[in-house]
Amino acid sequence: MWRYTLTRLLQGIITIWFIATATFLAMHAVPGNPLAGDKAMTAEIQANLEAKYGLDKPVSQQYLIYMGNLMRGDLGISYTQKNREVNDIIREHFPVSATLGIIAIIFAALGGVLFGALTALYRNKWPDTVIMLMVIVGISVPSFVIAAFAQLALVRINGALGFSLLPVAGWGTVAHMIVPSLVLGLGTMAYLTRLMRSSMLEIVNSDYIRTANAKGLPATRIFTHHQLRNAILPVVTVLGPAIAAITTGGFVVELVFAIPGLGRYFVQAVQQLDYTVIMGTTVFFGAFLVLMVIAVDLLYGWIDPRVRLN
Amino acid sequence: MRTPGQQLLLLGLGSVLAIALIMALLSWASGGSGAGAGVDPETGTITLVLDTEPPQMNSSLSADAISGRVLGHIMEGLTRQDANNELVPGVAERWEVTESGATFWLRNDAKWSDGKPVTAHDFVFAWRNTVDPNSASEYANIMFGIRNAEAISAGKLPLTALGVTAVNDRELRIEFANPVPYFARMTSFSTFYPIREDFYRSTQGRYASSADTLLYNGPFVMERWVHGAHIRLVKNPRYWNRDEIKLNVIDFPYFTTDGNTIINLFRDGKIAMADIGQQNIQEAQLQGWTINSFSEGALFYVEFNHRPGHVTRNRNFRKAIQYALDSSEEVNRVIKIPGYAPGRSLFPEWLDGVDDSFRKEYPVREVSPDWDKAREHLELARKELGLERFPPIMLLTGDSPVANKVSEYYQETLKQALGLEVRIDVQIFKQRLAKMLAGDFDLVMAGWSADYADPLAYGELFHSANAQNRGRYRNPEMDRQIAIARTSTDPRTRMDAFGRIQDIVVDDAVILPEYERGRLYVVDPALSGLVRRVVGFDPDFTYARIVDKVSQ
Repeated sequence: MWRYTLTRLLQGIITIWFIATATFLAMHAVPGNPLAGDKAMTAEIQANLEAKYGLDKPVSQQYLIYMGNLMRGDLGISYTQKNREVNDIIREHFPVSATLGIIAIIFAALGGVLFGALTALYRNKWPDTVIMLMVIVGISVPSFVIAAFAQLALVRINGALGFSLLPVAGWGTVAHMIVPSLVLGLGTMAYLTRLMRSSMLEIVNSDYIRTANAKGLPATRIFTHHQLRNAILPVVTVLGPAIAAITTGGFVVELVFAIPGLGRYFVQAVQQLDYTVIMGTTVFFGAFLVLMVIAVDLLYGWIDPRVRLN
Repeated sequence: MRTPGQQLLLLGLGSVLAIALIMALLSWASGGSGAGAGVDPETGTITLVLDTEPPQMNSSLSADAISGRVLGHIMEGLTRQDANNELVPGVAERWEVTESGATFWLRNDAKWSDGKPVTAHDFVFAWRNTVDPNSASEYANIMFGIRNAEAISAGKLPLTALGVTAVNDRELRIEFANPVPYFARMTSFSTFYPIREDFYRSTQGRYASSADTLLYNGPFVMERWVHGAHIRLVKNPRYWNRDEIKLNVIDFPYFTTDGNTIINLFRDGKIAMADIGQQNIQEAQLQGWTINSFSEGALFYVEFNHRPGHVTRNRNFRKAIQYALDSSEEVNRVIKIPGYAPGRSLFPEWLDGVDDSFRKEYPVREVSPDWDKAREHLELARKELGLERFPPIMLLTGDSPVANKVSEYYQETLKQALGLEVRIDVQIFKQRLAKMLAGDFDLVMAGWSADYADPLAYGELFHSANAQNRGRYRNPEMDRQIAIARTSTDPRTRMDAFGRIQDIVVDDAVILPEYERGRLYVVDPALSGLVRRVVGFDPDFTYARIVDKVSQ
């Protein structure tokens, strides 16, 4: 087990190094000067700026400097937010994204399991039809459309009530979190519902359920102890990657609901060629993803000895 | 005995409770606070949206509009612009500008937010910081009218050589490199704000990175700055002109550029003012809001590539395009956004001449669209260039909705009028800049907004040595007129030179003015005294106040 853990960690570090290097090279291959703006600068001012950011050195040297700083945990200063360290940007904004992501994942997991079980229980009856219809909507409609609709609905509800039931945008209180996290978790919730439904239905026809029925166990006990427990396993499997995806993929929801999360920086940095923020957020999100995958792998090995590597 | 359905119901109820608990915990841990109404008369608070986190709050380095907007409320220069955009005393109570320099006498009741007086030394320190090559300010060139500024910025002279001296605490003397008749107006601009040296040093390189690493001397101070999320300005009790400031709090709890979100917040009564984008005009009309429009003063134009090897270097070719296109049609039938005005001249409407508006004193030579003339010029160009057919023309443009529409209009018009094939090259911002700099285009859509209110801000754009002259236009007569405008102190001589420049731009088809951009916005009727302006920070809430909606 220890060797397995060590091997996985080492692989993770190599993966992160690869992500950093590939991003660095791709970023420098994109045409455009990160320091250029609307207003053209004189050659002297341009040179002063390049010297300040170390862009006057050859790319290979910049790479070595960057990697050295990265190993010391220094991600540098942003090119667009000229007074902020990338470390601070991540430290200040990742918790917001994580909070939003955690609530969204809880919504998604609970909702997925509940609705999935419901559809299986009332198979081919009206709850099944209604929920599956909503699942299709949840999977196929992109989050920016749902976010915009949800916000518009809030405006109308608040308008009709004459007071603010829930805030339209912003961040800071529980009320601010409800709608954005629902919107963010909706896609995953729909996906999990479908997964839960099929896995429940598969189990209903399995031998051990038939055995349990034959033994004369009460229906409720079969449902909770045999069906639900077994059906939930595949859901747990996809939860790991889903957490990483939701936490890092909240860009649209963050923009629409004016939430100060990290997703915005991740996307805008690329558009603005903000070298240090591109590197910082990519490496950070990459490391986060790698860690999640390792954690899930280790968890498997612990739960199911058959998965363990020799 | 419960049925499986009931069991699920219980499970559902349980999870809702669990979620509520977790959310309460997380919200307690994040320590956030909600935002109030758009206009709150009881506390004298207005709430607004900020586009993004201010990128640079160090006034000597700041070069963007968002930081400028916040800085404009918390800092004050030697002069400032009042509610009618007239120049009024700021930290300086009077001043004198001559051909060779300027002197400013500071008021004795101007104080920093820690109670110490604002002195002439604070300006010397801030301005030196701007031209310091080590601080690499993008706006260093705005100081180049001051003696030795350019040489210092290039690292050829020490900082102390800058032509700015504090004669004593209350007298600041400036020596010019060349006459700068509009210098007093420039000192209201954020780059010229003061910074106090001892405070700057005490922040150890982190000046202006948070609310407590800034020192304020303006009408408001920054009480709270949660990065990327919330900025709260409160009235500065030590500001010398505090009696004129009516608002107690200006709150920015929302940072977003999403036009729909901004409109929704306004509909919900959460913000006092909202910019209206093209996609929201209908919505705003449906709501019955009063829509205000305001001309930003920025000029947008098509720039020709005058480098060798491009057909656009040929004057007749440029004239052909000039006669084929119609800026009125472009604005009224293609862009169709109220507030936009057709571009006619290099000099926008708002610029002042000697006694009246520049454009009234020096009317621009109108070129009315005429496809026959356009074809004649094209034929001449064909002969001069010795071409059988014209190669496809590359039109470099940005990725905004307006740019898309306009470039398609050009493509279609030039095809119909002249039979030219136009290829549209859409690039995102930084890539477009890179291509402009490299000269990788025939036509490019560009724009310019002035940093100071003098025709020179536009007049010098197409000097052969100007970095902004991306098409590399070279004309000794143009350079000569610009030199006159730069060095002369006689208003009439200067304006005559600008008149000549205006004519050259039309006659030689240096560029094609497209439009002067306008902005639409809505304001809560309870908020009055909001100032929009072309040059300097915008919008300005310094003189705003909350009024009774009924009494309106």
